Amino acid sequence: MCDHLISLRDISVYYGNRHALQNVSGVFCEGSLTAVAGPNGSGKSTLLKVLSGVIKPSCGEVIFRDGKKPVTAYLPQASRINRDFPMSLLDLVLTGFYPVVGEAGSIGLTHKAIAKKAMADVGLEGYEKRLICELSGGEFQRALFARVIVQDAPLILLDEPFTAVDAETTARLIRLLLKWHEEGRTVICVLHDLLLIKKFFPESMVLHGKCLGSGHTHDMFEQKLLSFDLDMAEIQTSRIHSNHNQAHSHDV
Amino acid sequence: MTFEELIIAPFLKFSFMQRALAACIALSASGAPLGFFMNQRRMSLVSDAMSHAILPGVAVAFCIAGAGTLPLAIGGLSAGAIIALFAVFLTRYAHIKEDAVFTLMFLLSLTSGTVLLSFKGTGIDLMHMLFGDVLAIDDSALCFIASVASLTLVAIAATYRGLLLDCFDPDFLALSGRGRYVRHLFFVLFVINLVAAFQVLGTLMALGLMLLPAIAAGFWTKRADAAILFGVAMAVFSSFAGLLISFHAELPSGVTVVLFCSVLCLISVLLGRRGSLLSVFLKEGKS
Repeated sequence: MCDHLISLRDISVYYGNRHALQNVSGVFCEGSLTAVAGPNGSGKSTLLKVLSGVIKPSCGEVIFRDGKKPVTAYLPQASRINRDFPMSLLDLVLTGFYPVVGEAGSIGLTHKAIAKKAMADVGLEGYEKRLICELSGGEFQRALFARVIVQDAPLILLDEPFTAVDAETTARLIRLLLKWHEEGRTVICVLHDLLLIKKFFPESMVLHGKCLGSGHTHDMFEQKLLSFDLDMAEIQTSRIHSNHNQAHSHDV
Repeated sequence: MTFEELIIAPFLKFSFMQRALAACIALSASGAPLGFFMNQRRMSLVSDAMSHAILPGVAVAFCIAGAGTLPLAIGGLSAGAIIALFAVFLTRYAHIKEDAVFTLMFLLSLTSGTVLLSFKGTGIDLMHMLFGDVLAIDDSALCFIASVASLTLVAIAATYRGLLLDCFDPDFLALSGRGRYVRHLFFVLFVINLVAAFQVLGTLMALGLMLLPAIAAGFWTKRADAAILFGVAMAVFSSFAGLLISFHAELPSGVTVVLFCSVLCLISVLLGRRGSLLSVFLKEGKS
């Protein structure tokens, strides 16, 4: 038995009339490395936002062990960030200290040293003064990882961190992810790449509005909830429809 | 004409020029930083619509209580708030795009405000509401503008990092639990500054000293703090130069200030250091 860091109880999220998530329950163990998979619009990002506290679920609850949300690092989708903002790369990484120092706390040499070390860890040494609008997609993603490093959080949430990133950078970032896992941090990562999920993520959760299944990644592939076979996409959809129908017949 | 007569004497001799300059400097100091944040949120169009949204409110206040500073301010604030909330409500629940909503709000406010004013006011009153009257600022209006500017600067200083983060990465700010509070504070500051600017520049130009410097700054500097300071400096300079030009050439003052600011902004777009027409042209020439 693992130590449940987070338990989800019947989480639903509505945006207006649209159901982004419906009755999702599940657990995330402390120190686990979990992939959240599912097609576009299946509520993966919404789940991450609920876990991070950025949005409150419309109903249901998120229960943290000891009743308190641990310090959380969150890497939003790069598309949600204003990349034209006039800001240097070092400043971007330093924003990672904002939850700690707040408005009035000073950013000192120690903070800068930590930020520079984090930038070196992701291979961005010497980029301190570069503007974020001058970075390539991969460099920007690495900078966001550097910010996650400086947050030094026990719970790390990543939303599609490998989108628009080349193979070499992906490999580098995956190594970082595995290092966090070794250090005992809990990592939850939304991603599409089944190959990466199969190879590196021991646990996974499959979403499609509702939670289709969660547990060992190996089992998810066994149960065909995750599959490389393109036809499976159709089977998944039909399974959801049959679930819906069952639910409706119960209603009646 | 000596240098002193040209530049300094108008402000020494005439108290209406001193008041006008003081009001414009106060507006520049608080409005230009807000303009920077608004511009970074890509909400220039939205802010334009919001500046017109105060017109029906001031028109109602004018019909009921006359042209006093306080009634106009209260009317403007309430109309600004109601129309902004209504716009948010519409975009959320009706199938209409945000920019379309703001176009509707803009025209609805401008026309309804003008019709309301016509019940009691004259054509001159309407001109004052639309273009302001920077040379007729009385003590109460000046106090109101100075208070708004001071309050705004203190509030910006107290939430500066949050305001920056909210423009750049709102989800990350939300993680710290301060997102909502920072955003609400920002919009409150924005609306009260619009109402203060309305007293000087009218609803049509209230944004002039806020947004134009912010747009221009982007063509000269690559740092947020420098862009904000640049914006304030440009707004103050435009106020000073605009008032002087209008004084000597006998032009309408508020309009001249905003026109001067617009010309500086246009020059920045054409000749600025980063991303201007000239710099893009030079870069293409090199490559």
